[in-house]
Amino acid sequence: MADAITIRGITKNYDEGATSTLALDGVDLSVRRGEVTLLMGPSGSGKTTLLSIMGCILRPTCGQVLLGGRDVTALREADLPAVRLRHIGFVFQGFNLFPTLTASENVELTLGLKGVKGHQAKDEARRLFTLVGIAEKYDAFPADISGGQKQRVAIARAVAGSPEVILADEPTAALDSHTGKTIVEMMAALAHDEDRAVVIVTHDNRLIEYADRIVRLEDGRIACDA
Amino acid sequence: MPPLARRNLFHDRIRLAVTLTGIAFSVVLMVVQWGLFEGFSSSTTGIIDHSHADLWIAAKNTTYLEQAIPFNERKYYQVLATPGVGHAIKYIVRWSYWKEPNGHTETIAVVGCDPDSFMGGPYNLVAGDAQQLKQPNAIIIDRMYANKLDAHAIGDMVEVNGFRAKVVGFTDGIRAFTTSPYVFTTFKRALDFTVIDDDQTNFILVKAAPGVDIGQLKAELQRRLPDNVVFKTAEFSASTRHYWMFTTGAGIAVLMAAALGLIVGIAVVAQTIYATTMDHIREYGTLKAMGAPNRYVLGVIMQQAAIAAVLGYAIGMAVSVFVVHGASKGGANILLSWQTAIGLFFLTLGMCASAAVVSVKKILSLDPATVFKS
Repeated sequence: MADAITIRGITKNYDEGATSTLALDGVDLSVRRGEVTLLMGPSGSGKTTLLSIMGCILRPTCGQVLLGGRDVTALREADLPAVRLRHIGFVFQGFNLFPTLTASENVELTLGLKGVKGHQAKDEARRLFTLVGIAEKYDAFPADISGGQKQRVAIARAVAGSPEVILADEPTAALDSHTGKTIVEMMAALAHDEDRAVVIVTHDNRLIEYADRIVRLEDGRIACDA
Repeated sequence: MPPLARRNLFHDRIRLAVTLTGIAFSVVLMVVQWGLFEGFSSSTTGIIDHSHADLWIAAKNTTYLEQAIPFNERKYYQVLATPGVGHAIKYIVRWSYWKEPNGHTETIAVVGCDPDSFMGGPYNLVAGDAQQLKQPNAIIIDRMYANKLDAHAIGDMVEVNGFRAKVVGFTDGIRAFTTSPYVFTTFKRALDFTVIDDDQTNFILVKAAPGVDIGQLKAELQRRLPDNVVFKTAEFSASTRHYWMFTTGAGIAVLMAAALGLIVGIAVVAQTIYATTMDHIREYGTLKAMGAPNRYVLGVIMQQAAIAAVLGYAIGMAVSVFVVHGASKGGANILLSWQTAIGLFFLTLGMCASAAVVSVKKILSLDPATVFKS
């Protein structure tokens, strides 16, 4: 399987005044397409920092991030949004849907940013809603649907435009166990059936059964990669 | 693309109502204050602007209409003898006193003109005509001041500076900037009304002969009349307007009130747009994290400001039309020209755009990594 993201010697320091906190310390990691990779570890171990660096949201203090073989750490700050838009889909713990837009418009917005507009965007949004199993909620507002349905909309939004990498931050934390299980099954299907790299940050041990690979972080280092 | 800006703006109806009220209030305040400024401004120079003269000649150091002091009328003959002068008249604008039949007195500004000339006569006549001024003791007043002067109909007899006067006509809309209404009469009668010697005048109005360059004629007249000042009509108008609006402080006061309207508008809109931005800050962070370019996110903010501006302006202008109409019935002179309306539209857009700057700065500094902080 091809590497979607390769990380080489990543270190991240957070400087606050005279205090410097080492969040990641020389991390090497390759994330492959077609796999579900869980990033696990105690709070403060650097999981979210690593996810942010993999998502080109945060720049490392030193080290290299290769996205599809391209060194994105060498890019200018202004070029990174376009990289994120084209290659990466995000799923957030709090869903982060736009409450003033309908479920379908949330997806159409992402498609619009990627240049897919009008009827083409509406058709694609319908297809994605069918894919995530909530076709009947197409015109509903986020406030009118359940947490699980919101996360399905968020997943539809993340895969809109077919990015090769899906990065999810605690996607089941706000859901009950049954709904959480359904959501992770769906994300695993996205990895296996559509050849995407899916990386999930989680504390939830019940997700282990869906993982192809588990990376444990401790004190900013990879403690276990299995 | 889904209309995110419009949805965000209309999502909270109460906040939208506050925003639009603020903008509308600001627009009304600016319309009224700027309209007052324009109204004051035009009333200071109405006599000059409607004179149909090319040049005004006054005593040296004269800077505004009511300041002119009398000078010898032989200058008038020098003017007539100057090549390029097509037509010239002697002219008076000077304070005097009006005595009503009940004994009450009012200060007035007497305008002494030549009824046979096309220059400097009464305009906007709604009753009678300038030729009626040739009747004995004849005067023409503006009907706006009929109550103030207690002269309501043609034929009413009054007293001006101790001389009998008879109303022979009415004009409409010739406002005086001061509290003293203009009273038109003949030049000769104005000499009596204003206590000016028979061989004197306080202005000479000049019309250039066809094809004559007014600038060159002005220079020639100024050369021949070194003890006088020669203005082009537009120059004298500007000088008079500047005196009343800026030297006396009257104009500054209304301009400051108009500026206050602008500042109030900016403050209200900035506060509400910033509050709306902060309400949706997590969504903007999500947009940035997903890879939306800054220009898209800023576009959403600016669209909100623009929509608010257009709606607020429309409401404000509708209210302003009623206010201006009502004020004019009450005697206030508030001008609302289409140029002012268009100018205020762009000013309102600018006001709302500048009010969004704080929000824009907030968005530009927003770290997309904040979306991972639950």
